[in-house]
Amino acid sequence: MGRILTIAHLTFIEAYRRKIVPAALLCSVLFLLVYGTALYFINRSIPPNPQRQFQLQFFTLAGLYVANFLAIASAVLLPVDTLSGEIDSGVMQTLASKPIRRAEIVLGKWLTYWLMTGCYLAIIAGGVVVVAWLTTGFVQPHLGLALPLMLLGATFMLTISIAGSARLKTVTNGIVAFGFYGIAFIGGWIEQIGAIARNEASRYVGTALSLVSPSDALWRRAAYELQPPVMRSLVSTPFGAGRVPSNAMIWWALVLAALALLFAIRVLKRRAL
Amino acid sequence: MPDLAIETESLRKHFDRTVAVADLSLAIRRGEVFGFLGPNGAGKTTSIKLLLGLIEPSGGSGTVLGAPLGTREARARIGFLPEHFRFHECLTGRELLRIHGRLFGLRGAALEARIDVLLARVALTEAADRRLQTYSKGMIQRAGIAQALVNSPELVFLDEPTSGLDPLGRVLVRSIIEELRAAGTTVFLNSHLLGEVEATCDRVAFVKMGRVIDELSLGDVSQGLDVELRLGSAEGAVLEGLGAFGELGGRDPVAPNGGDEDEEPIGGPRFVVRLKLASESALPELAPWLVTRGIALYELRVRRKSLEESFIEIMGEDQTPG
Repeated sequence: MGRILTIAHLTFIEAYRRKIVPAALLCSVLFLLVYGTALYFINRSIPPNPQRQFQLQFFTLAGLYVANFLAIASAVLLPVDTLSGEIDSGVMQTLASKPIRRAEIVLGKWLTYWLMTGCYLAIIAGGVVVVAWLTTGFVQPHLGLALPLMLLGATFMLTISIAGSARLKTVTNGIVAFGFYGIAFIGGWIEQIGAIARNEASRYVGTALSLVSPSDALWRRAAYELQPPVMRSLVSTPFGAGRVPSNAMIWWALVLAALALLFAIRVLKRRAL
Repeated sequence: MPDLAIETESLRKHFDRTVAVADLSLAIRRGEVFGFLGPNGAGKTTSIKLLLGLIEPSGGSGTVLGAPLGTREARARIGFLPEHFRFHECLTGRELLRIHGRLFGLRGAALEARIDVLLARVALTEAADRRLQTYSKGMIQRAGIAQALVNSPELVFLDEPTSGLDPLGRVLVRSIIEELRAAGTTVFLNSHLLGEVEATCDRVAFVKMGRVIDELSLGDVSQGLDVELRLGSAEGAVLEGLGAFGELGGRDPVAPNGGDEDEEPIGGPRFVVRLKLASESALPELAPWLVTRGIALYELRVRRKSLEESFIEIMGEDQTPG
């Protein structure tokens, strides 16, 4: 465990000193400022009628959707060159010649990036909820259920990015990892459209794509948990749950993330350095 | 404790159809400073990576410090300076050594004391708390040497350790290798600078196309010597007698008076006889043998072959600069 923590510490120092952490925080603050300003003016234009809560819920969900996307983008970009870059530069030779398992190198890096992604998601998603409350008075319920699902989606993409980094060149890995997110995104929409149009074939295709890359499915499940029952049935909104991803999909996402991590370890273990 | 620090038997590595190491059979004694020589692309760095377990061999076997190649047990007692050493430039020199020390399981005051000693040894104490990105190429190389020694290794692999170093830096590396030798540490040195290898190594192996083709003990006085004799006579019986001392390399008449071949040499004819002695011990007997037989000895010149000459001779004429 000591060597995993040493690699985790090294990874954090590198991320911090490359100004990744301040850059991410600055972007979060900017996003929250823009979001807060927009929400402030929107709030002023919403009349105090029974639909007001639903409208505020909708705009809070929109903010959380962006927070989820930013967390996933960070999860992909943070480790995109973590192994490939060190292999190309020769840094990995120095590390791997020490009495450390290559699995420990992967796990140390994964741990740091996972913690950073988790903190980033907590800050940005928490920021959306706090900004919404401060500007409109709306209190977002069930955040405790949704945040872990969003984190799982980001964790899956993070692990895919690390696994790709063990095998591919940096740019190729970035393209492949975002491709995975693209699959999830398209899969989610195909599934939703299939549900709205009652087209079983589309729903099956969408579900199959979600099984390959479940991050969007996890967001849809999180969005489902965040909404009151009456809104959940409104399939005409971008956050409507035409078809709610099941618990099995959550477990499947966990299994996929674990498999991706094992793949990363296996590839690095066998890779000529 | 096994007597050999490194022992390999027909170690091979190929990448698809490219053979990087064809047959690496080595036996390196503990405490030896061993040079690994060969032209570019001969498979030297790949061989080091095989010995460190950084790449899997395609065939053959080997042990390092008595343990199979690439085991953590062996790596815990090994230091390694890769060719073109690089590390995270955001770290300071001290942090670099601390991270590497921790990977060896070192902690606390003992590690910090070791770091101070190493920083002083590679002349980086003043720059210890500066980030590597502010270091010169030579300073980074010296930091790399320090990280290779942080665990007080029993075996050190130095792949082109003087790359990027100025003459003072090279002297520093040479003195570090001498200290390692004195401490009984085995050093595996891969360098293109043959003068440096000649000055530091006990023994060298020549590798060509991924195969060890020859080995040479540099400090061994029993090594053959090239002797050039200028004699007044070099008749058949004389040559036959000299042949008992070593291998005759040739006999040429010489003109001692200015090289004019048409003119009769002053004092009669003279000959240059080249002889390769099997051992230096034969040398003191050579002059008395000639004198007692009344053969005029005008010059006896002993020449040891430089490592560079041996390298060119062993590698063959077909080599082109890599």
